[in-house]
Amino acid sequence: MAAPEGVRAGAEVRLQGLTKLFGPVVAVSDVSMTVPAGSFFTLLGPSGSGKTTTLMMVAGFVHPSRGAIAIDGIDVAALPPQKRDLGMVFQSYAVFPHLTVSENIAFPLEVRKVSAAEIRRRVGEALELVRLTGYERRLPRQLSGGEQQRVALARALVFRPRVLLMDEPLGALDKKLRAHMQLELKRIQRHLHVTVIYVTHDQEEALTMSDRVAVMRGGQTEQVGTPAELYESPVSPFVADFVGESNFLDGVVISTSPDGRAVVRAEGGLELRGTSREPLHVGQRVVAAVRPEKIVPQDARASELNRGKGVVDQIVYAGDATRYSVALGATGTLTVKVQNRLASRQLATGDLVELAWDPGDTRLFARASDER
Amino acid sequence: MNADGSALVTAPTMVAADRRETRRYLLLLLPALLTLGAFFVYPLFGILLRSVYKNGYTLESYRQIVRTSVYLTVIALTFRTAAVVTLIALLLGYPLAYVLATVRPRLARVLVVIVVLPFLTSIIVRTYAWMVLLGRNGVVNQYLVALGLTQAPLPLLYNQAGVVVGMTYVLLPFMVLTLASVMRGIDPALVRAAHSLGASRWQAFRRVFLPLSAPGIAGGTLLVFILSLGFFITPALMGGPSDVMIAMLIEREVEFTLNWSFASALGVILLALTLIGFAVYYRLMRLERLFEGLG
Repeated sequence: MAAPEGVRAGAEVRLQGLTKLFGPVVAVSDVSMTVPAGSFFTLLGPSGSGKTTTLMMVAGFVHPSRGAIAIDGIDVAALPPQKRDLGMVFQSYAVFPHLTVSENIAFPLEVRKVSAAEIRRRVGEALELVRLTGYERRLPRQLSGGEQQRVALARALVFRPRVLLMDEPLGALDKKLRAHMQLELKRIQRHLHVTVIYVTHDQEEALTMSDRVAVMRGGQTEQVGTPAELYESPVSPFVADFVGESNFLDGVVISTSPDGRAVVRAEGGLELRGTSREPLHVGQRVVAAVRPEKIVPQDARASELNRGKGVVDQIVYAGDATRYSVALGATGTLTVKVQNRLASRQLATGDLVELAWDPGDTRLFARASDER
Repeated sequence: MNADGSALVTAPTMVAADRRETRRYLLLLLPALLTLGAFFVYPLFGILLRSVYKNGYTLESYRQIVRTSVYLTVIALTFRTAAVVTLIALLLGYPLAYVLATVRPRLARVLVVIVVLPFLTSIIVRTYAWMVLLGRNGVVNQYLVALGLTQAPLPLLYNQAGVVVGMTYVLLPFMVLTLASVMRGIDPALVRAAHSLGASRWQAFRRVFLPLSAPGIAGGTLLVFILSLGFFITPALMGGPSDVMIAMLIEREVEFTLNWSFASALGVILLALTLIGFAVYYRLMRLERLFEGLG
């Protein structure tokens, strides 16, 4: 895929069959993906999913057991990190403690033998970019975590790398600062058109910042797509659960239609209609997943909605929204999220409610035959 | 206003708490202070007094040391030997400490045991072992001759070379352990960061790892240098007649000449020179760090 016109800096990164074995342990298994030039691409997954190992292979700190890494079509798998010309921001920031802010940022330029005048100019620019002008002579120990983070970012960008790698860079910051830095990062990335490969286990962070997200699990990519694709049409219960939040109901397919819809009888007898990416057949065991905010209590709309009667079991009030646990007898318990809009009536524990949700919001996943 | 008022109320109680804390620390320090006082500070004063007392108070011993070139030569030789030993220990110890600090933890534990192992044997036994190795017909010379590298056995013992080899061997673990403890505190991500920013292996070492390990170099060299100054057994056994170090001189005065005043004066001079060296070194290190900060 060629870089679209007008984009200066970003490079396309392509991983092909990337595999890493640590002895008998498979850390990354046959990962292939294309990171479009100039995009913000996130590797999302729980710890041990192989996302950091994948990033470290792109950076050159981990040697792949098999597979290829191409940056703008050039294979870099055999190059050491210092020859790859990639910017990297580490989880621990890794700001040099014995150097001042400007010396830290000048480091990549000095090892590249850039002239002193040019270094001064570009360090000034980089400081301006991360809004740290005036901090030149400070030592890292005199900076807060957020400021050190900015120094690390400026240092990784000052030599104009084609790709910026970030390993959970915001993990150590508090929630407010993290939200602020997320916006700053996006601003800088859009400004420079640099390709960013970003590793995080925080799904919210992944959804808000990324152009594309690769969800990883057990060393493999589970799904690659835009945040909306991952959220609205997850390919597996794992993605439905890890990205956002889902209710899961076990059931058996009782009828299918050619448009991918199917009717499922959940445990306890509740009949649901749902949508599947793959063709289902009658009698197949499935898991139905539905997001809490898609369920509306006490709704009396048209009959094509899935419905179930239940009792409010638990209430968690969270300011902008309230989460109810509604027990549907033998079917199980559903989590329901209701926005606290003007005049919306609060339910109380023990209230009898009727729940309704759209079949289009109900994802059906075939169960592997060996499961349960 | 309100904040000021509450600060006034809490201030005295804070001071009282501080004082209680200080008292508890003093109590914990007491055994060490008493032991040091009784067995170190008090005898040290004795030496100081004896160095200026010989049938009445006099500075004769000091005058004699300053006037006799042999004594000055011995002092100079002592410092030179200590400097050479320290330098060699640093050059040998730095790579070893680097390995120790960067290998997998399990392997590191094994290596630490190997480094510390010599401490389990008496220094005299170890010195004699070196004498067997380095002697005219010792293992080292036998190999050198057998390999045709030299015609006749080399003089490796009873000279400066023997002293330096023996002392470096004994003092190397102090250097290695001091260096390794500082190196282990260096975040490996810093060296990786240097590589990711385009630094070659040498540049990453020279500009990141080496300056960060500087406190270890300072501590290790200081420790080995000071221990070298007062070394006795190894130079006495492995040195030649002219390789007299200050500790041996003191021993001779105490054991044979029975000139305790003179021996004390030598001891005081050794102590004073050591303290001056320490002060100068401390200053230098401080300045170094200052330069680092200013760039």
